[in-house]
Amino acid sequence: MIADVPLFPESASHLSEQTDNLFWFLFGVSAFISVLIFLLIAVFAIKYHRRAPNEIGAPISGSLKLEIAWTVIPFVIAMIMFAWGARLFFNMAHPPPQAMQIFVVAKQWMWKAQHPEGRIEINELHVPVNRDVMLTMTSQDVIHDLFIPAFRIKADVLPNRYTSMWFRASKPGRYHLFCAEYCGTNHALMGGWVTVMEPADFEDWLSRGERGRSMVESGAVLFQNYKCANCHVEDGSGHAPSLMGVYGAPVRLTTGQTITADDAYLRESILNPRAKIVAGYRPEMPSFQRILNEEQVLQLIAYIKTMSAGKPLQTTGSELSNPAR
Amino acid sequence: MSEAPYALQEHFRDLEQQKDAATLGMWIFLVTEVMFFGGVMLSYSTARYLHPAAFAAASHYSDPLIGAINTAVLICSSLTMALAVHASQLGERKPLVGYLAATIVLGCVFLAVKAYEWSHKFHEHVVPGYDFSFPGPEARSAALYFTHYFAMTGLHALHMVIGVAVLGVLLVRAWKGRYTPAYHTPVELSGLYWHFVDIVWIFLYPLLYLIDIHR
Amino acid sequence: MSAVPPVEVEHHENYLNTSYGVWSWLLTTDHKRIGLLYLVSVTFFFFVGGFFATLIRLHLMTPQGTLVDAATYNKMFTMHGVVMVFFFLIPAIPTVLGNFLVPLMIGAKDLAFPRLNLASWYIFNAGGLLMIYSVMRGGLDTGWTFYPPYSSLYSNTHVVSAVLGIFIAGFSSILTGLNFLVTVHTMRAPGMTWGRLPLFVWSHYATSIIFVLGTPVIAITLALVGIERIFHLGIFDPSLGGDPVLFQHLFWFYSHPAVYIMVLPGMAVTTELITTFSRKRLFGYGFVAAASIAIAVIGFFVWGHHMFVAGQSFYASMVFSILSYLVAIPSAIKVFNWTATLYKGSISWATPMLYGLGFIGLFVMGGMTGLFLSALGVDVHVHDTYFVVAHFHYIMVGGTVMAYLGGLHYWWPKMSGRMYPEGLAKFAAVVLFIGFNLTFFPQFVLGYLGMPRRYHSYSPEFQVLNVMSTAGASILAVGYLLPMAYFIWSMRYGPIAGPNPWPGTGLEWLTASPPPEKNFEVTPVVTWDAYDFPNRHDLKYPAPTPGFTPAQTWPPE
Repeated sequence: MIADVPLFPESASHLSEQTDNLFWFLFGVSAFISVLIFLLIAVFAIKYHRRAPNEIGAPISGSLKLEIAWTVIPFVIAMIMFAWGARLFFNMAHPPPQAMQIFVVAKQWMWKAQHPEGRIEINELHVPVNRDVMLTMTSQDVIHDLFIPAFRIKADVLPNRYTSMWFRASKPGRYHLFCAEYCGTNHALMGGWVTVMEPADFEDWLSRGERGRSMVESGAVLFQNYKCANCHVEDGSGHAPSLMGVYGAPVRLTTGQTITADDAYLRESILNPRAKIVAGYRPEMPSFQRILNEEQVLQLIAYIKTMSAGKPLQTTGSELSNPAR
Repeated sequence: MSEAPYALQEHFRDLEQQKDAATLGMWIFLVTEVMFFGGVMLSYSTARYLHPAAFAAASHYSDPLIGAINTAVLICSSLTMALAVHASQLGERKPLVGYLAATIVLGCVFLAVKAYEWSHKFHEHVVPGYDFSFPGPEARSAALYFTHYFAMTGLHALHMVIGVAVLGVLLVRAWKGRYTPAYHTPVELSGLYWHFVDIVWIFLYPLLYLIDIHR
Repeated sequence: MSAVPPVEVEHHENYLNTSYGVWSWLLTTDHKRIGLLYLVSVTFFFFVGGFFATLIRLHLMTPQGTLVDAATYNKMFTMHGVVMVFFFLIPAIPTVLGNFLVPLMIGAKDLAFPRLNLASWYIFNAGGLLMIYSVMRGGLDTGWTFYPPYSSLYSNTHVVSAVLGIFIAGFSSILTGLNFLVTVHTMRAPGMTWGRLPLFVWSHYATSIIFVLGTPVIAITLALVGIERIFHLGIFDPSLGGDPVLFQHLFWFYSHPAVYIMVLPGMAVTTELITTFSRKRLFGYGFVAAASIAIAVIGFFVWGHHMFVAGQSFYASMVFSILSYLVAIPSAIKVFNWTATLYKGSISWATPMLYGLGFIGLFVMGGMTGLFLSALGVDVHVHDTYFVVAHFHYIMVGGTVMAYLGGLHYWWPKMSGRMYPEGLAKFAAVVLFIGFNLTFFPQFVLGYLGMPRRYHSYSPEFQVLNVMSTAGASILAVGYLLPMAYFIWSMRYGPIAGPNPWPGTGLEWLTASPPPEKNFEVTPVVTWDAYDFPNRHDLKYPAPTPGFTPAQTWPPE
């Protein structure tokens, strides 16, 4: 039985090996210093064990050289640890631009993942091997945290905000997916599996199952149903600014600020439109706070991202290759 | 403190040590108060940063003129408090009683004006969690302004009430002639507290009334 | 504290026999009696928290959980955390040992504000009673961290009474800290300069700075959570425009320094133990004193390392990571100085020393694993896993509780006038050390494997390590019951200790055991440095064994 007990987690992403390297470095340094201290204590305690009841210790009260040594050396070691950890964290915090997108909505107590092509899965996450995958996540209620131990990554999933994380799985297989931020009664059950597949298998998987519209298509339907285009006229002549090419572009606000239209900005502008008003327009858009759920907001944003001047509705390659339904 | 005129508690060496201890104690207490108010002010700043427009709109519910009057009242009360401390140092009983009474009256005026402002807010239905309606789409965010308004002014008013009560005790004792040039630490320390509570208001007034006056 | 003293008691008037009756205790302003009142209170809360810990470990014997359902489990770990952190670890050493010893060590008759001191005990118990009330009403399930919006909106347990309890108990911390600061500044005996203060006092001074600066912030923060919950306000609730991450900032602004509130007094005790039982001056007195203050100060700027994965800005995380490494340096300096103090000492293996050495060992492991958590890239993996649980238990149980027990043994003769049974006490110390490591070491492995904390059920591959941990916990429980039993026994039957049984160098050992009500018959005048064994001609050592010449003795041959 003991032989089956894992003592070290599986390593299944490009990051896991780097994290483990740093871990072993930290482990080595810590073990060395700890054992050194333990040995010194043991040796001193035995060697200088009191031999007579009236014995006292040697009159030593310090040494500046030693103090400097054991201040500076740990400091240098600590800075190496910091720099190494920070570099690794930098990689974790900066997803490659071409990463494949998957959208995750957390709620008590389930994970709902939405692939751009439209496939939705619950407490499961299917990803292809050796491909950069970025998760954009939000929560519908309390704070959750998506944790994949085999990939050595986790990130909090907050309500009213997008957080993201990315990975490149390096080994096909099935790995644990946990919620790591306490979220209420069934926190421990809010988990599932990440399935890493060969690219071909993944394409196959994507095309199987009950497939609805792709996210962009769903977003286009929402855009139509809520008559967004009545105000957001393409050529900018409407009551509201044109959304052509807005994603990633700078936007000037009435306050004089200029901000970049990213996911968070678009989300806020849909749910709480008067928080930031585009210069030259009046605050008259209604809030969609109670009308759209987080998944629909993600679909709308996905659609808005595809709108760019001069180009008709664009869809991604994999969608075109997969017949709808 | 104690009933004896030279109220030396037995664990102190002398009156000087006792006064040093009491004074340092009061200053440290005021530091804890700074941290206490600091927490709410940070919360206010964050909420204002997230919802600048709503905070501007909501702050127009607070009349800067009334706030200014109250500021003036408090500053005057600080003056009378300082004069009371001065009188206690000189051992002048009657002026001490008079200035303490004046400080109490001014403190009560401040609280009365505050009560008027609060009741006005209740009439205007801008009390989050009790009776809240705010015109326009920013109601949700404006509620945050009023939440902080009540939290901050409420906390401040609570300190004022405590201050007035403490001054009341001082007044009775001063009337009985307990404070002498040799022993008047309670008056000095209550003065410190009173000035501190004033200074808190000097921060609250611009944050809640003035900062968005032109928006 | 019986009214009928056994025959062999020394008949000097002391703080225990100067007056009798319930009111002479409940209305006392004597810092020593208040210390004992606190001892009763925190011991009670320790066993309440320990009760929940036992249930947690029993529940986790099997992957699906043996004992209770998910909701109950969540309440158990919450109440374990809240009770242990706010009602045991934070108050334990400062309010029991600190209260008893700080005035004695600086040669004062009492703390500067004795009535505030008594008031703080009542305030503490009022907060504790509210906490117990919440537990009795069905408990709460937010985790001791109270993260909104779960705590403010979603949880339907007794959060308000619990946060009110912590809010109230917080004022007891503030008053204790204020009292210590003022006392150390203004009440030192003639000749007791800052450079001669025992490190125990320095560490309590540093702790008090944190009490005074940090506690008001947690008080106001939890108050805001409370009113948010009662009135459905939106300060921390994102659906009403508030910011849940703001709560985390405010919470950790106190709760990280609170970790140092817990461990600095532990270091305080350890320093006294190491010096007394090596009969040596502390190696690098100035550096250890400065390290205490440095920890208190830098400790206020590292709170963000609890939020590396909480969505705070990348650059903020960088700053908090580097500062977390900086705060580790003064801790390292302390460990090295303690170790160097042992060199060429005259080392006794008395029970308090076993705890002292145990503290260093366990604190080193707790501190070293802290370096893993400060490393940004590794923290992403181990954050909110059992690795963190193991890390902070090494600091808080391995560190603080070990030091607390060591301190109780060391000063028990001073507090009660009697010795504890040495053999049994050594046995208990060893049991505790083994039980502790068996309980918490497997949790490091579990954490890196990826088992998240606060799980009422877990994946089967984690079972063996969990069973090991539970086995250790049962050993640990026995280890905690033993001292409880023999301390009570020794109050009546222990051998009379005499004023300075070890002997120790602090002023507390210059007065009788137990000390008289006003501490000293004559206010001592200090003319020596702390731990100055070679120059303390007044210390009385037991007679040497005939025919044996020790390396160094006093008086010199």
